[in-house]
Amino acid sequence: MRFRIFRYDPDKNDKPTMQDYDVRLDPHDRMLLDALVRIKEQDDSLSLRRSCREGVCGSDAMSINGKNGLACITKLVDLKEPVELRPLPGLPVIRDLIVDMSQFFKQYHSIKPYLVNDDLPPEKERLQSPEEREALDGLYECILCACCSTACPSFWWNPDKFVGPAGLLQAYRFIADSRDQAAGERLDDLEDPYRLFRCHSIMNCVDVCPKNLNPTRAIGKIKELMVKRSV
Amino acid sequence: MALAKRSFDVVVVGAGGAGLRAALQLSEAGLKVAVLSKVFPTRSHTVAAQGGIGAALGNMGEDSWLWHMYDTVKGSDWLGDQDTIEFMCREAPKAVYELEHFGMPFDRNENGTVYQRPFGGHSQNFGERPVQRSCCAADRTGHAMLHTLYQRNVRARTQFFVEWMALDLVRDASGQVLGVTALEMETGELMILHARATLFATGGAGRIFASSTNAFICTGDGLGMAARAGIPLEDMEFWQFHPTGVAGAGILITEGVRGEGGYLLNKGGERFMERYAPNLKDLASRDVVSRAMATEIKEGRGAGPHSDYLLLKLDHLGPEVIDKRLPGIREISKKFANVDPVKEPIPVVPTAHYMMGGIPANYLGEVIAPGGGNLEAAVPGFYAAGECACASVHGANRLGTNSLTDLLVFGKSAADSVIKFLAENPGRKDLPKDAAERTQSRLARLDSQKNGESVAEVGAEIRRATQTHCGVFRFPDMLAAGVKKIRELADRATRTEIRDKSRVFNTARVEALELDNLIEVARASMVSAEARKESRGAHDRADHPDRDDANWLKHTLWYKEGDRLDYKPVHMKPLTARSIEPKVRTY
Repeated sequence: MRFRIFRYDPDKNDKPTMQDYDVRLDPHDRMLLDALVRIKEQDDSLSLRRSCREGVCGSDAMSINGKNGLACITKLVDLKEPVELRPLPGLPVIRDLIVDMSQFFKQYHSIKPYLVNDDLPPEKERLQSPEEREALDGLYECILCACCSTACPSFWWNPDKFVGPAGLLQAYRFIADSRDQAAGERLDDLEDPYRLFRCHSIMNCVDVCPKNLNPTRAIGKIKELMVKRSV
Repeated sequence: MALAKRSFDVVVVGAGGAGLRAALQLSEAGLKVAVLSKVFPTRSHTVAAQGGIGAALGNMGEDSWLWHMYDTVKGSDWLGDQDTIEFMCREAPKAVYELEHFGMPFDRNENGTVYQRPFGGHSQNFGERPVQRSCCAADRTGHAMLHTLYQRNVRARTQFFVEWMALDLVRDASGQVLGVTALEMETGELMILHARATLFATGGAGRIFASSTNAFICTGDGLGMAARAGIPLEDMEFWQFHPTGVAGAGILITEGVRGEGGYLLNKGGERFMERYAPNLKDLASRDVVSRAMATEIKEGRGAGPHSDYLLLKLDHLGPEVIDKRLPGIREISKKFANVDPVKEPIPVVPTAHYMMGGIPANYLGEVIAPGGGNLEAAVPGFYAAGECACASVHGANRLGTNSLTDLLVFGKSAADSVIKFLAENPGRKDLPKDAAERTQSRLARLDSQKNGESVAEVGAEIRRATQTHCGVFRFPDMLAAGVKKIRELADRATRTEIRDKSRVFNTARVEALELDNLIEVARASMVSAEARKESRGAHDRADHPDRDDANWLKHTLWYKEGDRLDYKPVHMKPLTARSIEPKVRTY
């Protein structure tokens, strides 16, 4: 199977190149990550992140034939050859398929991604009805792979000011949690021309999310809550 | 060569469940903590845990930590230390409530309490009938737990060193641990992290097997570092094969599937577990179910064109239950097995999953090793928790859900022990002059190696040897041949060569350094397995089919130095409860 892979090593050459690989696959090789592991056996200088190889850790996000996805759950049979692999767009490249995710995590951290509840906790669990818990479905499952934020033009232009779809999905995860007491402050924090309102509902995030989550809907809910509290 | 040094109160190595729980405790105590991780914390392998956290909350019916303790001792085939088991089972409910207060999105009952599902080997009233003890967030419990703990650490402003790989322990002449050497992957820079206390939470090493549910990062780094520093590894012959890995892919399918009512079928459509475990059936403990499955396959009753897998049926649960309680399983089955479990059964085989052994520790999370006439002398300044530690709660076989419980309870208790140790030992000992010597010579050797061995090839051979010679069923001649093979591979592993010499994010170098750890784990496992002449829990020998308490109710200790073995007694005395005497183990 044929691949064209983005190569860049600042320690060696100053210019990125696309390198062609032709790999013989094993019948067991089902996913793109399996092929990348084969390539690395041939050429140990190819650098990429990977870990769980089942789509839950979020390490191996990359641009696959022009669309962001996880290598470990992208089936080889679905890919057109030569398979073109590039690092996630919009973030600085460290080497090959590895990008610097600092900006992405900085935005995630900026939304205070933790439960805020200043009441003394009860001796046992805080109670939450099944319906209240269901409000978190489609939100808590995010794996922070950055496929969505790095597919978003608004995040490309303003990665330092726009929270981005991943961060906003998590902001809503806490706003929607019946146990959280900081919804008001969370909304205040997002009421800003950039942090939230750079989202123009382009919906690339929904299109690429490997976990089938819907950040655009979560962003819409946040906007609704803002409207609701202003009237 | 002068090396960069940084000083901390505590260095935590590993940012999975145990590392993050420990880090939180230490950060909130106001200590200067550095948490090192090869991967961003939420990428740690805890993220892949599915089924739940075992704790006797009693939300679904009567339960008691004493029953949980009994099940765990019985599950361990009496090799677990009863003091640590009591400690874990007693602390478990508190650990779960605390996690809920941190924001964990547990599934709920109508009355608002945490939903609990049945799981293998967990019972009411000392083995009478199944109990619902597994606290879960759908089938994504590990993911929800890891993210919750990370989030709580963000709140506590814990300092992370992300994509830093710890390479070796630093010990002084007295044996005290004073930190680690570590490689910053992005820059290739080597550093000494000088610490008053060092806590390992480096996870498992399932990557010694060819077919494993474990992530690529599970290479036993903590065990390799400990072994090189002269600390023995305990009970390494005990590896858990999870009954339900996706055939051919190895991806985990939670026992929660059977907890929710799924069951296993052989080629003839027979629910064969009824023959092997008439009482708990498909919810017998994992060693029992895996052995039954391997027997079915061996005797020609496997399903599929090559009769080499079994079928996990859950379509009778209906799409509603599957989508609510097991959505991740449906996703995995479609992706990796090409079946939709709402309609068809999932092809599954027993797959290497969990390391019961590890760095010897006690219930306080202190690393203990023989020294000064004491079989269990604490190694000053050194702590371990989670899968890398052998506390030993899981003994010869771990019960499902007890790994997450272990991470929470012992992550916290190890951190509490660190806090106490630092209060009692306010000073800081100087680094020895040769603090980084071992690491520097390893790196220099790797960079200058010519005509060496390929890391990928030696790795593949280690995995093949372990899989072939040290699997579900073990045979004396195969084990002896396995020891010979793994010793040859250990020799080859000293001559690995990498072509990539770049300083920047050199993953070839990282994989070569991981192989140094992997080989220690594989060798410890094979040598320990060959020596244990009995069958107990996950260790099943054809020539000694029974448990032999008279001769083998003892823990194995393997030392890298001299590749030798030693043994120490099992703690049969709990902290406060009555001792649970060994008896025949049936389910």
